[in-house]
Amino acid sequence: MNQKIGVRREPLTDTQLLMTITIFIFFGMYLLAMLLLGGGFLRAQQVFDMLNDNASLIIVSCGLTIVMIGGGIDISVGAVTSLVVMSCVLYLNGGGNIFVSILLALGIGLAFGLVHGFLISYLEIQPFIVTLAGMFFARGMTTILSVNPQKVAHEGFAKLRDVKIEISWLGYVANNGNVVPARMELGVVVALVCLVLIFILLKFIKLGRAFYAIGGNQQSALMLGINVKRTRFISYVISGLLSGISGYVFMMHTGAGNATNAAGMEMNAIASSIIGGTLLTGGVGNVAGTFFGTMTLTTIKKIVVSSGLKEPWWQSITTGGMLCFFILLQSVVLGQRAKRKKS
Amino acid sequence: MKNKNLNGFKLNLGQLTIPIIAICLLIIFNVFRDPGFFAIEITHNNDGNAVLAGNLISIINGASELAILAMGMTLVTAACGGQDISVGAAAAIAGSAFVKILKSTESINGGTVLFAFLFACIVAMLFGTFNGTLVAVFKIQPMIATLILYTCGRSIAYWINGGATPTVSSPIINAIGSFIPGIPVPTPVLIVITVAVIFKLVFHFTSLELLTQSVGINGSAARLNGINATFIKLLSFIILGACVAVAGCIGVSRLGLINHETLLIDVEMDAILAVAIGGNNLGGGKFKISGSIIGAYVIQMLTITLYAMKVSSTDVKAYKAIVIVLLVVIGSPVIKARFAKLLSRIRSDRQKVSTKGAE
Repeated sequence: MNQKIGVRREPLTDTQLLMTITIFIFFGMYLLAMLLLGGGFLRAQQVFDMLNDNASLIIVSCGLTIVMIGGGIDISVGAVTSLVVMSCVLYLNGGGNIFVSILLALGIGLAFGLVHGFLISYLEIQPFIVTLAGMFFARGMTTILSVNPQKVAHEGFAKLRDVKIEISWLGYVANNGNVVPARMELGVVVALVCLVLIFILLKFIKLGRAFYAIGGNQQSALMLGINVKRTRFISYVISGLLSGISGYVFMMHTGAGNATNAAGMEMNAIASSIIGGTLLTGGVGNVAGTFFGTMTLTTIKKIVVSSGLKEPWWQSITTGGMLCFFILLQSVVLGQRAKRKKS
Repeated sequence: MKNKNLNGFKLNLGQLTIPIIAICLLIIFNVFRDPGFFAIEITHNNDGNAVLAGNLISIINGASELAILAMGMTLVTAACGGQDISVGAAAAIAGSAFVKILKSTESINGGTVLFAFLFACIVAMLFGTFNGTLVAVFKIQPMIATLILYTCGRSIAYWINGGATPTVSSPIINAIGSFIPGIPVPTPVLIVITVAVIFKLVFHFTSLELLTQSVGINGSAARLNGINATFIKLLSFIILGACVAVAGCIGVSRLGLINHETLLIDVEMDAILAVAIGGNNLGGGKFKISGSIIGAYVIQMLTITLYAMKVSSTDVKAYKAIVIVLLVVIGSPVIKARFAKLLSRIRSDRQKVSTKGAE
């Protein structure tokens, strides 16, 4: 080992350990899929497809990870995403301006975040109930706005939607001899930027460390001089804001508003965070893990589809089984470590 | 003197203050909005039975599944400090098992229905045991542990019936779902009363209530006192499993068919809400099942009120959310403390004024 003398090698923290396991399993699974199934898995486009489809999920999962690190939960994210999509679609169809529509998306997300944060941290109401009410409100508002699916018919937006980043050297040669470049949507860039920013926030900025502190032990955090209420408030505001961004990205991907948009997204986001090594008890978590959690979930679904299990129930049954595996693994691994620490 | 009375009143109700205030407010609101809202009349249904009808009956009848699930959920919440979000999915599985057995028999009679119900109970309790094992033995947060079944439960229900939504038609099933000939009260209401009485009897004759509360308040302290905390947690999930089976069978019997996608959809959220409105702490510990039952009726009354105000079924959620937020804000500790401070300040001001006047 070319380790510098005098630098103490610290053992992996719980977060890093869980994240490492997830990353190994993700790459292992993907390699197996490449070897056994071949086909689409051999093309780089498969990865880009997974990113394109899940850009908004990645964004909300990041927000949820922050809230979960702070020891809370936000189950309104999917519903807020859906509400943002619907309102932006209606606004654009009414002849709106793209810049204002982005502001609208951010505004709606921010408003939900502010209300949730205020009710949870300053009025001390249980986060599950508050965000459940937020979820009901957002879902209800979506159907009040429009029950029927709405398609965006806005020229400027159509241009923005069709912007695709083409990477030709990762493309493949199609049957007719043409080179099809790998395509990545603009939303993926937004998602990756969010991911990097939050990674930096959690790793290097005081506020980010404060999230871990309040999630780990509220009393100690208070004694360290951290403003616990304000920190918790900010975690929900960030989550709300990211739901707004996610809504816009979702709209750029689908180009239509529908009352059932992003149904069940909150549970997918929670599952991604958990697979990535975030604990619901707070204080443990990492957005890089969350990213790989999302990718692992998607890979499972892709593998189920391409391995010929055509019946509609297999996808969620295998997802559930995989989730069970990860949750048990975490429990066993963390239990072992706690035992070793004690002895 | 008046204040003393007020304090005594508060003490008597305890945690039931909020749900009872909520239900009273809803009743007053409805009486002002439409005096005929609570009218109960006797009509004759298709079979020619004299049955009760009216908004009040539909509220009490419609909340049956929710009330049963809320009872079980209260126990899980109290023991584990977390909630089971898979009850809707598990009810779909139980309902599918119920229909599967009924479909496989040639003629449906009392015996086969009972057998099918028992089978559904066993299936739901097995899934309850699965959740309970994850929570009690592997020490996983209840919400995360039940997320697994939440994700795949409805697909398992789909798989049980091979991708179909079979129907069952039989007078017995019809009687369970609506009315028993000769009895004007809807059968689901009778089932709720039965379940509530069973809970009451169990709490009366065993120390389950005390054990559950002590496990919920401090698991390690309970263990040191010789209480098997793991078993109590597991038991709470198994009991919830039985409640889920009952609710699932009622749901199937109402429609006479099993639809894995729509049977008791989103009921998990409502059940947790009922527990919270009932004044139970979602972090575990002390609980009152009666609070959760009232909470379930509050939710249903709210829904029916909104329907009566011509709000469409998809939009109801938004209004419901506003009422929920108002309720929890009133019940929040911070607001309560502020209110108490304000009240005492007004009182002391008044005293000062009166003493000044005396001088």
